[in-house]
Amino acid sequence: LQDRNGQISTLVIPSSKQQVCVNFSFNTFASFLAFVSFLLFCVSGATGSGSPFIHEVRKDEDIYSPILRKLFNESHHIFVGLQTIREDLPSKNKKPQFVSISKNYRSVIRACMEELQQVAVSTKNAEMSVHPLIRSVLLQVSILLAIELIWNLCEVLFIDAAPAGSLLLHLLDWVRLHKADVDEKARDVLQSDSPAEHRDYWDVVISLCCAGGELCAPGGTQTLTEFDVKWRHWHEEVDRCLQDNSFASNQHLEVLCKILLGDEDTLLEHKDLLGTWYHFLVSRLLFCHPTVKPTELHYYAQSCMTMFLDSRSAPEPLDSILLAAFEFDIHQVIKDCSIALNNWWFVAHLTDLLDHCKLLQSHNLHFGSNLREFLLLEYASGLFTHHSLWQLAVDYFDHCLEFGRVYLELQIERVPLDTERKALKVLRICEQRQMSEQVRSICKIMAMRALRNNRLGSALSWSIRAKDAAFATLISERFLQDYCAKGTFSDLDLIDNLGPAMLLSDRLTFLGKYREFHKLYGEKRFKEAAKLLLSLMTAKIAPRSFWMTLLTDALPLLEQKEVIFSADQTYELMFCLEELTSSLNTPSSDSDKSMQEEDVELTKVELLRLALSRNLAMAIVKEGTVET
Amino acid sequence: MENINAKYVSQKISKTRWCPVSYSSLQQPEVFATGSWDNEDNKVSIWSIGNHNNSGLEDGFEGDPQILCEHKHGGDVLDLQFLDQERMVSASSTGAVTIFRYHPNTHTISVLQHWARAHSYPCDNAPCTALVCSSPEIVTVGEDGRIVVFRADQEGAVRVIGEMRTRMLPPHKESSLKLSVVFVRECRQQHNSRGDLPKDHGALKFDLFIIFLYRAPLHCVDRHPNQQHIVATGGQDGMLCVWDVRQGGTPISLMEAHSAEMWEVRFHPTNPDHLFTCSEDGSLLHWETASHSEMPSFLQGGRNSSVISHGALTPAGGNRPLSSAWLCGDSGKGCLETTHMLPSQTMSVNSLDIIGQCLVCGTDGEAIFVNRHVPV
Repeated sequence: LQDRNGQISTLVIPSSKQQVCVNFSFNTFASFLAFVSFLLFCVSGATGSGSPFIHEVRKDEDIYSPILRKLFNESHHIFVGLQTIREDLPSKNKKPQFVSISKNYRSVIRACMEELQQVAVSTKNAEMSVHPLIRSVLLQVSILLAIELIWNLCEVLFIDAAPAGSLLLHLLDWVRLHKADVDEKARDVLQSDSPAEHRDYWDVVISLCCAGGELCAPGGTQTLTEFDVKWRHWHEEVDRCLQDNSFASNQHLEVLCKILLGDEDTLLEHKDLLGTWYHFLVSRLLFCHPTVKPTELHYYAQSCMTMFLDSRSAPEPLDSILLAAFEFDIHQVIKDCSIALNNWWFVAHLTDLLDHCKLLQSHNLHFGSNLREFLLLEYASGLFTHHSLWQLAVDYFDHCLEFGRVYLELQIERVPLDTERKALKVLRICEQRQMSEQVRSICKIMAMRALRNNRLGSALSWSIRAKDAAFATLISERFLQDYCAKGTFSDLDLIDNLGPAMLLSDRLTFLGKYREFHKLYGEKRFKEAAKLLLSLMTAKIAPRSFWMTLLTDALPLLEQKEVIFSADQTYELMFCLEELTSSLNTPSSDSDKSMQEEDVELTKVELLRLALSRNLAMAIVKEGTVET
Repeated sequence: MENINAKYVSQKISKTRWCPVSYSSLQQPEVFATGSWDNEDNKVSIWSIGNHNNSGLEDGFEGDPQILCEHKHGGDVLDLQFLDQERMVSASSTGAVTIFRYHPNTHTISVLQHWARAHSYPCDNAPCTALVCSSPEIVTVGEDGRIVVFRADQEGAVRVIGEMRTRMLPPHKESSLKLSVVFVRECRQQHNSRGDLPKDHGALKFDLFIIFLYRAPLHCVDRHPNQQHIVATGGQDGMLCVWDVRQGGTPISLMEAHSAEMWEVRFHPTNPDHLFTCSEDGSLLHWETASHSEMPSFLQGGRNSSVISHGALTPAGGNRPLSSAWLCGDSGKGCLETTHMLPSQTMSVNSLDIIGQCLVCGTDGEAIFVNRHVPV
C-alpha cells in the first residue's frame, strides 16, 4: 500500500460509508504531513455519500502543520520523561505515574484538537464559503478525536486496569467525555422558560440517564457485593413498577422505566440519542450489569455492536479497533491502528507506554527487534526527514536499544548543514555518542566549504576537530603554497596557537614550527631561529619541496654581521643544499621549466653557496679564537 | 521553578530579546521578540506577556506569551538586538542585516532597512554571526571575517573594518560615546580582542589588539554593566570564564558551567551580581555572587601591585580599584551560588534575556519559557 519512493497509491475500501484513503509518501515533510492527514474515520453513525472520493493534500495548504508541530514537540517531552522513570520502583508505585503520563499525552492531543477547531472556526468566519482548507482541518480534527478516543479506552482498560467495580465508572467517564452535546442540550432545556415543555426535554432526560451518574455505579466505600445486592433490589423494584403499570399514564415515564431496566429494544429505539454502539454498550452495562468484570466485557461488546450496527456488512476500522480493545487484544489494537492510521505517532507512543507498563509480551518480529522498537524507529525516521524536527528524532533513536544507534548513524549524516551553528549542534550529538565516523565526515564537509571560500583557518580548525590527519595535511599544503605565493601567512593566530593539535599531521607540525621560526626571527632571537630552521631540515619535518624556501630564509641569517650559524651548523646547511641541488640536477626534473626560472634557481643556489662559505669562514675563525 | 511555563511555538527559537523599557518607569518588560532558525520560512515575531483583555485568559494563563505579530525572515536569525523601543535589527545566515520596525498600535512589523549582502564570500553567502547596536550605529561581524559598521539611517555601510581571516563571533557593546567592541574570534584557540572605536567628529578610528587566548572556541561574551573591565565568556567546552581586560593572559576564574556548548551569557543589567548562562545541554543557570566584604581577598598573582578586594561597594577614594565579587579567584570558596532555572530534559536552550525580574529564553524544543519572578 505504501511506498517510500514518491509513489501515490490509493486504497479504496468498498463500502458505502467509507472514503478513500490516500497515502503520499515522499521523503520530505510533505509526506510526513500526508501521514497525518489521511484516512477518514466515520466517527459518528452519520450516513455518508455513496461514492468514494479522493482527497489530495498538497504541502502549501498545510495551515495546520504549525499546530501539529506542537503535538510532536510536547509529546517528545513527555516521551523523554517517561524513559527516565526509574526501573527499580515497584510497579504499584509506577502505575499512577503511567496513568498521569497517559493523561498528559491525551491532554496534548486535546489541546491540538482545540486549536485546530479554532482555526477552522476562524477561517470559516473569515471566508463565507466553505474553504477546502476547512475540510482538511476538520478531517484532521476528526482523526485526532478518534485517536484520543482509542487512547482513552486503552488507558482505562490496560494502563489503569480498573477492576470490576470502578471499571464501569471509568467507562462512563470515557463515554461522557466524548459526547459533549448532551450538556449543551441540557443547558438549552434548562434555560428555556418551562423545561418540561421543551421538545427536547425527554431526550435530554434519557440521555442523561444513559450517561449515568456516580450514584448508579459502584465505587467508593461499598464493596462490590454490597453494591450488587442493593442494585438488585432497586432493579426488582423498577421492574415491579413497570409490571404494575404505574407509569402507564405517561408514555415517556414508561419508556424511561424500561430504559432503567436496561431493555434492549427500548434502548435501540433511541439509537440517535446514544449515537454510537459503545455508548449503547456502556448504557446497557450500566442498567443490566454494573458490576461487570473486565474479562466479561468482550461478550457484551460484541453483542452490542452487532445489535447496534445491524444493517452494516463490515465494521469500520474504528469499531474494530475498539472491539479489539474490549477483547484486551493489545496487539490487534496496535496492528489495526497502524494499518488504519498510517500515523506512526500514535502507535509509537502508545506502544511505548504500554511496553513500559509491561503489558506487551515480547513478540519478536522477523526483523529482529521488538514491536515497540520497530514503531519508534519508523516514527523517528519519519521525523528525520523534516527540516526542523530531526532533533527530536535523535532522542527517540537513543531509546531504541537494538537498532537505534545504527539508524541514527545513517540518518544524521543526511541532515543538511546550512550554517556553522547547525553543524556544531549536529557535531555535539555525534560526539556525545562517540560516532567518530560521522564526526569526521561532517567536519570534512564544513572544512571543504570553508576551503572553497578560501577560509583556510576555518578549514584547518574543522579538520583539527575531526582529528583528520589527511585533510590537515592538505590544508597545511595550501597554507604553505599561499605563503610561497604571497609572502605572508593568513590566519596567523590560529597557527600560532595550535598547541598539541600541531602533532596531528607532519605537514601541520611543519607549518606550526615554520611559523614559530618567523616569530623568533621577528623577535630577533636569531640563534634560536637558526637552530629551529636547521632542525626543520635535518629532522626531515620539512617537505623536500620547501627546502629551497627554507634555505632562502636562512640567507638573511647568514648575511648578518654577527655569526649566527656555527661551523657545524653551516656544514649541515651545505649538506642540505647539496642534497637539494643534486636532486634538482637529475635529468628527470621538469623540462618545462622556462629558462628564466632556471636562471633564478641557479642564482639562488650560487648566492647560497657564497653566503654559506663566507659564514663558514667567519664561524671557523670565531670558534678558533681564544677569548682573552 | 514553579513560576516558569513552557509555551510551544512551532518554531525553533534561536534568539529572544526583551523590548527595552524606559528605566524611568520601573516597569517590568512586557514585550519580547524572538527569531527562529532551521525552518524553511524563518520568522521574527513579537510576543506579549502583559495582562490581556481577552476573556478566559485570567486564571492559569496569566503571563502566557501571546503572539502579537510576525514577519518573514530570510535565513536563520543568528542575532537579534533592539535599537530602541520600536526598532530591532537582525543578523541572518544569508549575510543580510535587516532593521525591523514594530508598530504597537497596529501590531505589525515592517522592514525599515535591509542590507542584503552585508557579509559575503566571493561566491557564496557568509552568515552574519552577530551584531551590536548603539543607536544609530550598528556594528556587525560575520563569518567572512569582516566587521562592518552601518548607520540606521544610511543606505550603504559606513565602514568596513578589517579583513580578519578567522571567523568572528559576538561583539558586545559599550557606552555611547566610546564604542568599545569586544570581539571573540574563533580559531582553534580563541582570542578575545578588543577594538576601540573612539568617535572623533564622525570619523571612526579603529584599533584592534589581541588580548587573550583561550584553548577552546568561544561562543558568547558579555561585559559587566558597571565595571567595564570585567568580561564573561562561554564557549564550546561549557566553561564560564571571567576575564579582567586590564590584565591579559589567563582568565581570572574558570568555572565548569555546562556539559555542552554555552550559547549565551548575560550579566543582569541592573544587578550585576547575577549572571545567567544557557547551553546546548538544555540547562539555564543563574549565578549569584555574594559580595560580602569580610570575604578573604585573593591577590591576583602579583601581576600588579594593587590589591583587589571584594565588595561591590568599595569606596572610590584611595588606591584600591573598584572591584567586584566576580574577580574572586576560586569559585569553590563559596562565593558563588548556582541555580537551575528550567525543568530537566529540555532541549538546547539557545538564547536568554533578562530585564528586571523577567527572564525569557527559547529552546530547540520549539518552546519559550518566561519567568517573571526571578529572585534578583
